[in-house]
Amino acid sequence: MYDFTPLTKWIDASLHNAMSPFWTTIVEMLIVGVLILLFYALIGLFLVYAERKVCAFMQNRLGPNRVGPFGMFQTIADLIKLLFVELVPIKNADKFLFNLAPFIVITASFMAIAAIPFAKGLHAIDLNIGVFYVIAVSAMGVIGVLLAGWSSNNKYSLIGAMRSGAQIVSYELSVGLSLITIVVLAGSMQLSEIVEAQSTGWFIFKGHIPAFIAFVIFLISSTAETNRGPFDLAEAESELTAGYHTEYSGIKFAFFFLAEYMNMFIVASIAATIFLGGWMPFHVGHWDGFNGVMDFIPPFIWYIVKTFFVVFLMMWFKWTFPRLRIDQLLTLEWKYLLPINLVNVLVMAFIVLMGWHF
Amino acid sequence: MRSIINYLKEIVQGVWSLLKGMKVTGSYFVRPGTIVTQKYPDNRKSLVMFERFKGEVVMPHNDKNEHKCTGCGICEMNCPNGTIEVISKTIITEDGKKKRAVDKHIYRLGMCTFCALCVKTCPFGALAFSQEFEHAVFNRALLIKVLNKPDSQLMKGVE
Repeated sequence: MYDFTPLTKWIDASLHNAMSPFWTTIVEMLIVGVLILLFYALIGLFLVYAERKVCAFMQNRLGPNRVGPFGMFQTIADLIKLLFVELVPIKNADKFLFNLAPFIVITASFMAIAAIPFAKGLHAIDLNIGVFYVIAVSAMGVIGVLLAGWSSNNKYSLIGAMRSGAQIVSYELSVGLSLITIVVLAGSMQLSEIVEAQSTGWFIFKGHIPAFIAFVIFLISSTAETNRGPFDLAEAESELTAGYHTEYSGIKFAFFFLAEYMNMFIVASIAATIFLGGWMPFHVGHWDGFNGVMDFIPPFIWYIVKTFFVVFLMMWFKWTFPRLRIDQLLTLEWKYLLPINLVNVLVMAFIVLMGWHF
Repeated sequence: MRSIINYLKEIVQGVWSLLKGMKVTGSYFVRPGTIVTQKYPDNRKSLVMFERFKGEVVMPHNDKNEHKCTGCGICEMNCPNGTIEVISKTIITEDGKKKRAVDKHIYRLGMCTFCALCVKTCPFGALAFSQEFEHAVFNRALLIKVLNKPDSQLMKGVE
């Protein structure tokens, strides 16, 4: 009902009629880039506002409520302020790496968002190794974090960056293995195929308990991967002032800030795509009337609702749990998540082999 | 075998305690009635401070312009930072006796730390705290206040 493939096909065909294939590719890349940039900015602004409101309600506060109705324009005001803030030059900093780091962080999150299917046919690149690609590029952000910590010439930054490195190296394993659990079930790494396979039921329901365990592990480890609380050791305000972005100001700080929220959005949308069916509507067995009503809701709305559900879960974690110590963090990964995850993959493979899933 | 059971038990207990914590914050999230923040300048008209809130020291007067201060100076002696100064005068009572009474009870709000020692130690209960808290003024001299009203008298039967 809501298929974007004809629209994108039509745009492609009309561009091909108007210009040479080379320029068509360039123009298409520009269109996709601008659209994703707009989406990125809007979602970033909204997420910062949402986080502040959610955090406030969980702490019995009101949150931003001065700028606009319910403080809706607070983040826009903050953004304008950040744009005017002076970029403070740091003495003895490695200038080139210092300036490069925020771009690496933000590029990594940009690359990941390209592979996410927003709706049928609304998909920048549909790689046949989509899951693998997403894991690979989302781990790239840590290079930016490490560079930022190293080049700042500040011990807090360096400690923060090293913690972030240790954290990502460990938790990337769990993210990968929990996604592999579902890849085993889906039999494909292509994100569009994974979504299509969930038309009869989301994988979290289809895969019984192993899928649910994989979902929980993915939530925990992806929260750690995005350096969000309770795993925000890399920033740890109370110990390291601001961790790896202590020395950054103005728009460069805004890049780190935005990338943090976008990474949260990206891991939430991966969770929504792989475990909760992406843009697939919620269907129950043979209730045709109910399924028809669910089909009526556009897939993009489904995708956004599921993603924000996962984002809300992650915010809930952040504002409930205290920050872990570095040894607790590594214990949690190597002694608990990894063994459970390995067993879980085996159980899932067994279930798929015996055909016990729905 | 026991260690495996302990391992699993630890996981279940850990998850359970995390869920308990999430229940608390989750219940706050869905009940906006639990919000304690006051929108202060907006709700100025309806804002009611707590009974025990220490805004500033006042001397309550009744409707006949009478207070309970005898001018004994105990509050002045007890004040740790010299906020209070009691200037007394001698009056002649109806039956012709000389007696000490308060002339000016000077209270310097700018120096007060709101420790409440004056209010607690006053033997006649002449001082109290009001709930007024908007003390900002443009002239520092306005912070020096005389607590007893002009022409006020000592209440009958206090001494």
